[in-house]
Amino acid sequence: MLSRTADNLFWIGRYVERAEMMARLLAVGGRIALLPGVHGYRNEWESLLQASGTAAGFPRKYGEPVQRNIESYLFFDRDNPSSVVSCLEAARENARIVRTALTTQVWDAINGAFQELRQLERTPRSELELARLTDWTMRQSALFRGAIDATQLRNDGYDFLNLGFHLERADNTARLMDVKYFVLLPKADYVGTGLDLYQWQTLLRAISAHRAFHWAYGGEITAAKVAHFLILNRSCPRSLIASVAGAAHHLDHVARAYGATTRAQDLVRAMLGELAELRVEDVFEEGMHEFLTRFIGAVGILSARIHDAYLSGEAR
Amino acid sequence: MRHSRNPAFRTPTPRRILDAGGRNRRDIGARVQDYFNEMFDGGAVRAPYAGLETWVREMPAELRQMKQAEAEALFRRIGITFAVYGEGGDPDRLIPFDMFPRVFTAGEWRRLERGIKQRARALNAFLVDVYGRGEIVRAGRIPAALVYQNEAYETAVAGFVPPRGVYSHIVGIDLVRTGRDEFFVLEDNCRTPSGVSYMLENREIMMRMFPEIFRENRIEPVEGYPELLRRTLASVAPEKCQGEPTVVILTPGHYNSAYYEHSFLADMMGVELVEGPDLFCEGGFVWMRTTRGPQKVDVIYRRIDDAFLDPLCFRPDSMLGVPGLMDCYRSGGVTIASAPGAGVADDKAVYTYVPEMIRFYLGEEPILQNVPTWQCAKPDELAHVLDNLADLVVKEVHGSGGYGMLVGPRATKDQIAAFAEKLREAPEHYIAQPTLSLSTCPTFVEEGIAPRHVDLRPYCLVGERIELVPGGLTRVALTEGSLVVNSSQGGGVKDTWVLAE
Repeated sequence: MLSRTADNLFWIGRYVERAEMMARLLAVGGRIALLPGVHGYRNEWESLLQASGTAAGFPRKYGEPVQRNIESYLFFDRDNPSSVVSCLEAARENARIVRTALTTQVWDAINGAFQELRQLERTPRSELELARLTDWTMRQSALFRGAIDATQLRNDGYDFLNLGFHLERADNTARLMDVKYFVLLPKADYVGTGLDLYQWQTLLRAISAHRAFHWAYGGEITAAKVAHFLILNRSCPRSLIASVAGAAHHLDHVARAYGATTRAQDLVRAMLGELAELRVEDVFEEGMHEFLTRFIGAVGILSARIHDAYLSGEAR
Repeated sequence: MRHSRNPAFRTPTPRRILDAGGRNRRDIGARVQDYFNEMFDGGAVRAPYAGLETWVREMPAELRQMKQAEAEALFRRIGITFAVYGEGGDPDRLIPFDMFPRVFTAGEWRRLERGIKQRARALNAFLVDVYGRGEIVRAGRIPAALVYQNEAYETAVAGFVPPRGVYSHIVGIDLVRTGRDEFFVLEDNCRTPSGVSYMLENREIMMRMFPEIFRENRIEPVEGYPELLRRTLASVAPEKCQGEPTVVILTPGHYNSAYYEHSFLADMMGVELVEGPDLFCEGGFVWMRTTRGPQKVDVIYRRIDDAFLDPLCFRPDSMLGVPGLMDCYRSGGVTIASAPGAGVADDKAVYTYVPEMIRFYLGEEPILQNVPTWQCAKPDELAHVLDNLADLVVKEVHGSGGYGMLVGPRATKDQIAAFAEKLREAPEHYIAQPTLSLSTCPTFVEEGIAPRHVDLRPYCLVGERIELVPGGLTRVALTEGSLVVNSSQGGGVKDTWVLAE
């Protein structure tokens, strides 16, 4: 497979997953905004901007972080490279470039989303409830993933597409947890309060894991349980360990098909090994924020190694 | 007797079809009588269109609109769009698709096929000759200056004979019809004629929307084209290539207006679609960068112009090409299709001499006629052209896409005066032809069905064998009375049928 094609596929996966993450963040924000504020004003929206990793561009264009502006910025704004519109357009453009590497159904899913997006942009904002936007985005990415799962040939292209999904997901879950732990609730006094509980619930809802959590753990929601669920529980599809295991699976598949391993496989195995040995207490000991920062850094390095080994065209 | 009806459910009757023709006749005066209508001969329906007459008569207006919308949605979903150069705007514009097919009988096609293959053979013989001994020039059958001082003449490949002596592997020959048995060649496209994806997709969409007319009419399939193209390209692999040749399509990239076509063809042929930076030269061969390391490439079907192929040989600022490609090519490491330099055979001044080429190389008489052409480079012909601008079509020798041309009968006095000025300044850049009475084919328009002018581009494949799939791209000028069919000028496309015997 052409390195450029593999690169396009990898980024399609990342962009679609990122669009979904943005929608989930908006959904979290929408729910948190329904809670009585504790900071004098609703700075939860501010923290969402932080979590999205795109906070820098916001004040210049919009000033105050009020809901409507944040919606514009995270959903519609083309100046924000991570907005839902930007991500889906980038995914569709990448898909158009590698049209031949995708099945008709997969192309339909992403191209259909792109066409519907144009309709949404023409719809008056007053008619667009936040929930409609976020539900729409999640439905589109579900359609897209479903089409991939049902129709794509299980070749190396499939692996690169999925590597994009898994790396982005690992990164996103880590960021979501970080926003909860580091930004939303900066003061230790709040830990264990009703507010703390509500925020954890909201976070679980954002990753569509609210009920799954109860099935898996039951009883009270505690920080330790949620941390275990989102970091160390392989049965949670968005946990860090599940995402890294997914990446490892697809990298192994590529290595077997090509008959050679690279530094990317070395790193993903090391990451998986660490997570497999890890206990929740270790995370709290290191500090949640510190742990997550380190993890996000490792995902970045893994992405760079995949690029060097397969996507750059420098492979020999 | 007329029944009153809900206007939304009005059915077009054959009377209406004829009315549409009649109205047109009044509108553009007596000249319309000169136009050959491919469906109607006087009031009678010509045999090849007999199967369509009932189809269109029985199609209710609202079904037609629904189908038209369905076709558009299909095109959009598949991703066939067309960007018009220099226009900005929506890069996802669709080429208008007209659902009324254009039909040829088996007999008509047989003659066209022989004529097209003859022409493709002669054009390739000419190219091998002018990059070799230049017999045709020595024999005085074509002026030396026209060949050797031609902008498209590539000195970089002089003396080189590509595999199997083929320069132009895909020859697109633009034809117009002016009467029952009258066909003229408008121009030859020896470089990289585009539009074949429309030929294939138009058929797919018609078959999907109207399966019944395909059951009732026996229509030759065109779907074999991509496989034929792949075989043609594989058959011209360089001698150094051992085993199954690796064929790729080289595209300028996804911003190119024809990108859809490049990607569609690559998909249908099962070959890689590459951009310049995906390739590199090493050890006299061309390689593509893959996730498993370099893979050798044997045949490049390029969809970029000569000038951009190799920055070391042609334009040094080209980012689209592959440095060193021409060295690999000339040393037999890779085949480039069409071969660099093929353009010298298809410029509009050389075009005049194609009948000569057919006689010179093949010893045959041309089966397809050329349109009489005045070469503005010749002073006496220029004088004639200037005197008769209002009746002529004037084209740039190197132009394409319907740009920079003057259609005399449809131009204003001021436009003609301005064009005359341009002509006097650089006469060698222009040729002139009489305004042809392009045939018309019934076409769906706002008010029902009306005749619109059409042309035809079949795609002839030249490799080990010369092949032509029974069909081509019919372009239609959707504006009433317009003779310009180019998609860049608002033309549309139709499915083209060749009936089986």
